[in-house]
Amino acid sequence: MNDIIKNSLLFISLILIQIIVLNNILFLGYINPLLYILFIIVFPLRRDRGLLLILSFALGLIIDFFLDSGGTNAAATVGIAYLRLPLLKGLMRKSEIDFPVFNVSKLPFTTLIYFIAILTFTHHLILFSIEYFKFSEIPIILSRTILTSIFTIILIIFSLLLMNKSKS
Amino acid sequence: MQQIISFIIKYKYFLFFLLLEILALTFTIQSHSFHKSKFVNSANVFTGGIYKKINNFKEYTNLRNHNNQLLDENVRLKNRLSKQFLDSSSNSITVIDSVKYLQKYSYTPAKIINNQYHKKYNYLTINKGIVDGIKPDQGVINSSGIIGITNTTSNNYATVLSILNENSNINVKLLNGLHYGTLIWNGKDYNILQLDDLPIQANIKKGDTIITGGKSTIFPEGIPVGSIIDIFRENNSYKSINIKLFNDMSAIGPVNIITNFDKEEINKLEENLNNE
Repeated sequence: MNDIIKNSLLFISLILIQIIVLNNILFLGYINPLLYILFIIVFPLRRDRGLLLILSFALGLIIDFFLDSGGTNAAATVGIAYLRLPLLKGLMRKSEIDFPVFNVSKLPFTTLIYFIAILTFTHHLILFSIEYFKFSEIPIILSRTILTSIFTIILIIFSLLLMNKSKS
Repeated sequence: MQQIISFIIKYKYFLFFLLLEILALTFTIQSHSFHKSKFVNSANVFTGGIYKKINNFKEYTNLRNHNNQLLDENVRLKNRLSKQFLDSSSNSITVIDSVKYLQKYSYTPAKIINNQYHKKYNYLTINKGIVDGIKPDQGVINSSGIIGITNTTSNNYATVLSILNENSNINVKLLNGLHYGTLIWNGKDYNILQLDDLPIQANIKKGDTIITGGKSTIFPEGIPVGSIIDIFRENNSYKSINIKLFNDMSAIGPVNIITNFDKEEINKLEENLNNE
């Protein structure tokens, strides 16, 4: 029960932070960090992946409603939500994960960085590829993906540190 | 049958994932195609309401700028008014001609509550909707130029297809000439737009002013757009012409929405022409 309340609070507050603060940053004219994917990173790991897929679709679509961007964010968030479990298994190099007690922040630091970086990069790549959707724009897609990823990864790591500190 | 069911059970997450992706891509394609009712847009009670709340705070930081803009517009309109009194013919002769005062356009004030200019398909959200008589395909301008065209409407809000959108095509012409062209955007710099379809006969140079053409029912003729800064020629035709906007699209406050009273009549006429 506690978990449900905590995660729904996180869901709502991430959307509000994204809409009110982060979408107005426009560093260098076009870089907006996309912190809202933190939800997919910290969502409790379960054998049943259906719930995470639905929630990430809803999360992406709500952001799309605010940005008038059709379904680009939804497509990207669903993509990384599906990728999360196989990626974790690959990074931890063992097929068995202790599902009920698993916590992302208890991962070794380098594994955690890899995990966040790969998910963020994939998300941004899907997002900008669908938004531009032209072979001639590949340089713009890549530069936006890399620059935005850097800011998003830094923000995600800082917020993970903050969340853990307030817990202990 | 057994195999199909076991296949579905085995790959249920993958199939579910595919379903959601296809749904998301459908919304995306829908939003990129022009003139289609869109399901995902920010002109609804929920997103519009939140943007309005945010804008209530943001507005204060721009009050000085907006005041100056409005002051400039007032002065310009007053100057235009004062010119009319010099016209002596209107003083001495009283003309009673109701046709002369037939109104063609009306303007509705609105506020931008969400502004975008860093993407390839940019949309704005304004705080006027169906209740205020706003329909899709109405022009949106401010004191220094054009902003866009209304796109989807809800009861109290509307989204505006910004001129900074790859789907935007606006009929424009030269201030000192009769040649027409189309205003488009290549998605790079939000201050620089492109002028397309201009015939080579048009004699242009850097610094020429571009205004709206009035060939559509959306914008009246003569609204300022921008000035030419670069001209590229190729094979005896204009390859591309860059235009710098008079407007700063990153800082727009109060806007006007144009209602054209003749629009229905013109559209009906043109529809008949197409059916023949």
